[in-house]
Amino acid sequence: MLHFLFRRLGLMAIILLCVSFIVFASVRMVPGDPAQLMLGERATEESLTRLREQLGLNRPFMVQYVAYLGRILTEGSLGDSIVTNNPVLSEIAQKFPATIELALAAMLIALLVGVSIGILAAVYRNSWLDNLSMVGALTGVSMPIFWLGLLLMTVFSAYLGWVPLSGRMSIISELEPVTHFYVIDSLLARDPYLLLDVLHHLILPACTLATVPTAIVARMTRASMLDVLDQDYIKTAHAKGVSKIGVVLHHGLRNAAIPITTIAGLQLGLLLSGAVLTETIFAWNGLGSYVVNAVNARDFPVVQGCVLIFAFTFVLVNLLVDLSYFVLDPRIRDKSA
Amino acid sequence: MKTHVLLPASLTKPARQGLQHRLKRSVKLALQLGLALGLGATSLNACQVTPPVQRDQVIIFGKSKDAVTLDPADATDGESSAVLVNIFEPLLRFQRESTQVEPALAESWVISDDKLTWTFTLREGITFHDGTPLDSAAVKFNYDRQRDPENPWRFKGLFEYWHLFFASVDSVEAPDARTVVFRLNRADATFLTNLALFTMGISSPTAIQKYGEDYFKHPVGTGPYYLDKWIRNEKIQLKRYDAYWGEKPGVERLIFKPVPDNAVRLLELEVGAIDVLDGINPDDVPRIRKNPELELLTQPGLNVGYLAMNALKKPYGDQRVRLAINHAINKEALVKAFFADGTLGTTAKNPMPSTIWGYNDQISPHPYDPERARQLLAEAGLSKGFETVLWVMPIARPYMPQPQRIAEAIQADLKAVGITAKIVTYEWGTYLDKLSGGEHEMALMGWIGDNGDPDNFLYTLLDKSNTKIGSAANYAFYQSEAVHQLLVNAQQIYDQQERSRLYEQAQALIHADAPWVPLFHSTQMMATRKGVQGFFLHPVGEKRFHTIRWEQ
Repeated sequence: MLHFLFRRLGLMAIILLCVSFIVFASVRMVPGDPAQLMLGERATEESLTRLREQLGLNRPFMVQYVAYLGRILTEGSLGDSIVTNNPVLSEIAQKFPATIELALAAMLIALLVGVSIGILAAVYRNSWLDNLSMVGALTGVSMPIFWLGLLLMTVFSAYLGWVPLSGRMSIISELEPVTHFYVIDSLLARDPYLLLDVLHHLILPACTLATVPTAIVARMTRASMLDVLDQDYIKTAHAKGVSKIGVVLHHGLRNAAIPITTIAGLQLGLLLSGAVLTETIFAWNGLGSYVVNAVNARDFPVVQGCVLIFAFTFVLVNLLVDLSYFVLDPRIRDKSA
Repeated sequence: MKTHVLLPASLTKPARQGLQHRLKRSVKLALQLGLALGLGATSLNACQVTPPVQRDQVIIFGKSKDAVTLDPADATDGESSAVLVNIFEPLLRFQRESTQVEPALAESWVISDDKLTWTFTLREGITFHDGTPLDSAAVKFNYDRQRDPENPWRFKGLFEYWHLFFASVDSVEAPDARTVVFRLNRADATFLTNLALFTMGISSPTAIQKYGEDYFKHPVGTGPYYLDKWIRNEKIQLKRYDAYWGEKPGVERLIFKPVPDNAVRLLELEVGAIDVLDGINPDDVPRIRKNPELELLTQPGLNVGYLAMNALKKPYGDQRVRLAINHAINKEALVKAFFADGTLGTTAKNPMPSTIWGYNDQISPHPYDPERARQLLAEAGLSKGFETVLWVMPIARPYMPQPQRIAEAIQADLKAVGITAKIVTYEWGTYLDKLSGGEHEMALMGWIGDNGDPDNFLYTLLDKSNTKIGSAANYAFYQSEAVHQLLVNAQQIYDQQERSRLYEQAQALIHADAPWVPLFHSTQMMATRKGVQGFFLHPVGEKRFHTIRWEQ
C-alpha cells in the first residue's frame, strides 16, 4: 500500500507540473492586452507600459514561468492578486471554505438521497418506483443548473418565502470569520441564531448543486446493486434466512460500494472545482465566483492559482477514493499487503 | 464516500454484530438528520430574532459587481464610485440633479484677474473619519500625490482621471490652514466642474501614510459614511459618521451587496432582501412598473452610442457618402426594437445628450430617407453601392444594449441602399486597440460622460487633436480645423453662456460634416422599494445616499 501511495504521489506531482504549465501558457495566450483590459478604454500609453512592467509581462515567457514555479517551491507563494494586492494563497484560504462547505452539503444530500433511491430502484426493479426514479434521475442529470436554481429560488424563496435567496448568511448579520467555514465560525461565535442563519442559507444552493450528483449516484447505485443482487451468494444469504434488508444492505450494498464510491468521489471533485454556476446565481462567495471575477479582471496570478488548486483538489480526491478501496474491499487490502 | 457509514465495520466479523453496529449507526444518523431538519425548520423565522441592527436603519444596495478599489484618486469604474461618493467629498460637488457645482469641502473661491490662479477657502471644523482635521495641507497632500510622478505616496496608482482632467494644474499650494491655491498653466474652463469628480475626493493623509499600498482597502474620508467592513464579493458595509459636518443620513448603515445575476437581483428587490437595485434587464421594466411595492427611477443618461465612419478609409472621406449613411439608417426603428420602444433610450441627433448645457436643439436630424441616401451615393459616384466592413463591440454597453443585433439591423438598412456591410467583432481589449489604430472602416462605439461638460464629449471624441494613430479617441478621424478652433477657444473661456454659444456652433458644423451617425442616448434606470426616500439618480451617475431614509 505504501508503494502504491508513493507512486500515486509522484504521479500527482507530475500532473500538477503539467497543469501549471498549461495554465500559465493559456492565460498568456488569450487575445487582448491584459494591461489594456485592466485599465479600460481610456488608458494612456504611459500607464499601460508601467502596468506591464509591474506585472512582468514584458519579460520572456519562459523567464516568467520559471520565476513563478520557483516562488511556489521555495516560498510556497502563488503570487499576489493584481486586483487586491493580497497573496493569492491567503485569498484562496478565505474563499475555498465556502466552496467546500457547499460541496460537502451537496454531496451529503446526493449520497443520502441518491443511494436510497438507487437501492429502492434496484430492489423493486422494473416496478413503477424504479421507472419513476430513473426518469427523475435522467431529468436531474440533464437539468441546466442555472435554470433550476432560478426556479427553486422563485418557488421556495420568492413565492413561499421559506428560505433566503442568496448569500452565505443574512447581510445584516455580523460574523468574524476565523476558519471561513461559516458553519464552524458560527459555532465558535456561540451564537445559535447565527448558526441557524448560516444553515438556512445553505439549504437551497446545496439542493440545487446536489441534483446532478444525486442523479448520477442513484443510477450508479441501481446499476451496481443489480449486478450484485444477481450473484449466487445473495441467493445463498436469502436461503440461509437473512432478512431482506440485511441481505440488501450487508451483502448487496457492501459489494456494490466500490463503483458508487468511485463515482461519488469523481462528483465531489467536480463539485469542489466546478460550482461556478451555482455560486454565481446564489451570490455564494466561494472559489468558483472568485475565479470567474478573476478571469473577467484578467487577474492572472489568481486564475493560475485557482486552477492549480482545482487540479490539486481533484487529484487528491481521486487519491482518497482509491485509498478508500482498501477500507471497503478486503480483497484489495489483502492482495496489496 | 459517506456510504461506509451505512455498512458494518468488516465482513469478517459475525453478521449479527455487524447488523447491530449498523443499526446503531443508522439510528444515530437518523437522529442527526432529524435534528438538522428540525433546526432548519425552526430557523425559518428564527433568523430575524436577534438582528444586530434595526432593519429600518439599514439600506441595502444590490449591484452586479463589487468595487474594484476604494482609493478615490485611483478609481475609474462605476461600481467603485458608487461606494466612494458616500465616503469621500471633493472641494466642490455636483448639485443634486444637475451638473452645476456647489460648495462642499470648500465654502468659497475666487479667481485671479489673469484667470490662472484659483484660491479656495475650506469650511471650518471638518474632520476625517480617523479624527484628524481637514486642512489645506491635507488637500495639497492629496493632489500632489496625483500630480507629481515622483511623489512617494503614489504606490501603484495610475491616477488616470488626474491626467485626463487636470493637465492644466501646475501646482497646489497651502499658504495657511484654510486656504488652497491652484496655479494653472492655461485658462481651463472645465476646472471647477472637474473638481467635483468623485476621484477628487479628499483622503486622510494620516491614513494613506498608515496603510501604504493597502490604503485602497482602508479608505478614510470626510463623507457622511465611513467604511466599517469590506468582505470582497460579499458586502461592503458603511456606517453613519456622526461627526459629519452636513445633513446626517437617515439610516445607520449602508450595505452594498454584489449579486451577479440580474434576475436574482430583481427577485431580491421583490422580496425586500435589497432596497435599491442597479442593473435592470430591459425586459423586466414592465414587471417593476406593475409591482405596487416597487418604484422605477429613470433619467436621461449622460452617454451616446454612435456609428463612426473612418475618414481615413475610402469612401468615407467623402462627406456625401457619410450623409448618405445618415439617411440610410432608421434610428427610430432601432430605438423601438432595442430600447423598449423608447422607454429606455432616445434617438440622438448630436454627439452629446440633451441633458448637457450647450446642447444645440435647433439642429434638425438627418431624416430616415433611403431614396435620398441612394441619390447622395450616386452623386459620389457610387450608384452601384459598395462593400464595407462594419465593426461591432463584443459586449453590451449601456449605450449599446445588444450590439450584435443592432449591427445586423444597420446591415439590413445599408443593404437597402446598395451598401454591403460585413460584420466583424473582436474581443473588447483588441477592439479598442484596433479602433485607436484606425484599422476600421465603420464601427459602433459609444461614450459615457464623466463631468457633464460639453468639452468631455465634443473635444474628446471629435477634435482633430485626438486623432493620433495608436491613441486616438476620435474614431471617425474627423479633422475639422473650424471645429478645432471653436473647441479650443471654448476651453479657455469661463463664461458659460459664451461657451455654450461656441459648442452650439461646433455641433452645427459637425452635423453638416456628418463624421458619425449619432444613434442613441440610453436612459439610466434604477429601482427602489416603496418607502425608500431621498434617493435620486444623478446625471453623472453618482449614487449618493446622503439623504436616503425610510418613510416613517
